Amino acid sequence: MTDQWHFVIAAYALTVLLTGAVLWGSWRAMTRAEQGAAAVQRDRP
Amino acid sequence: MHAYANPARFLSLARPLTGWLLWAGLALVLFGAWAGLTQTPADYLQGETVRILYIHVPAAWLGMGGWTALAIAGLVQLVWRHPLAGIAARAIAVPGMLFTALCLATGSIWGKPTWGTWWEWDGRMTSMLVLLFLYAGFIALANSDAGDGRDGGSISRGAAIYALVGAINIPIINRSVVWWNSLHQGPSITVRGSSIDGTILWPLGFTVIGFSLLFGAIILMRMRAQIAENRVRARLRRLAEDEGA
Repeated sequence: MTDQWHFVIAAYALTVLLTGAVLWGSWRAMTRAEQGAAAVQRDRP
Repeated sequence: MHAYANPARFLSLARPLTGWLLWAGLALVLFGAWAGLTQTPADYLQGETVRILYIHVPAAWLGMGGWTALAIAGLVQLVWRHPLAGIAARAIAVPGMLFTALCLATGSIWGKPTWGTWWEWDGRMTSMLVLLFLYAGFIALANSDAGDGRDGGSISRGAAIYALVGAINIPIINRSVVWWNSLHQGPSITVRGSSIDGTILWPLGFTVIGFSLLFGAIILMRMRAQIAENRVRARLRRLAEDEGA
């Protein structure tokens, strides 16, 4: 493996890490908020 | 567009669309990255580092496209007070900032072996860094709005104007390599064609479309989260009012 591949791997790893983190965070925020809204709706007197 | 001003109607479209955008985006990005890493030849000048192009270009496109969408949402909020425009602007800001940061980071990683430097204060890189700071400013402004009792996850008039004024930076980024001498290469892909050889170029289409779909999925997720939080807040307020009465 040449030195150049280290730069390529670093760029791809950073992209996977940051994009994955924002995707995961957004997914969790959405599911939690929608579950909360559904629970409030269910508890309606 | 006004037909979807109603959050319930918007959700009927957004719910099925989120999954489609997410899985189609992931599939296209993975295929494009696999093709870019294994199926294309190394560039005769840049060598293997040319493969960073398949993530750097979509990141640049989405950083700039994200602010353009944010400015349009700001305009719609200012002119028509569309209930979803402010929510959309907030939802765009974080993924827009992410892709701008990725553009700068991957460009820097590419620059070191290619130009011999991590950073150069030239027009393209500096204007892209300004875009990153603009996103950070917008997020701070939108969050400070949330603290002043603003309901519905919307943004203030000031934040909407800030989004519109910040859009001035988009054509500056685009034309920076033409207006100023730069280490960054000139426009490689224009409406007249591409200066990149077809054997290297083809996976780029997959990653650009794939990351764009992922960007759309992230925005829909964040808008859905905001709308659900608004419903909880409205319900709790109603309960508090009932108890107070």
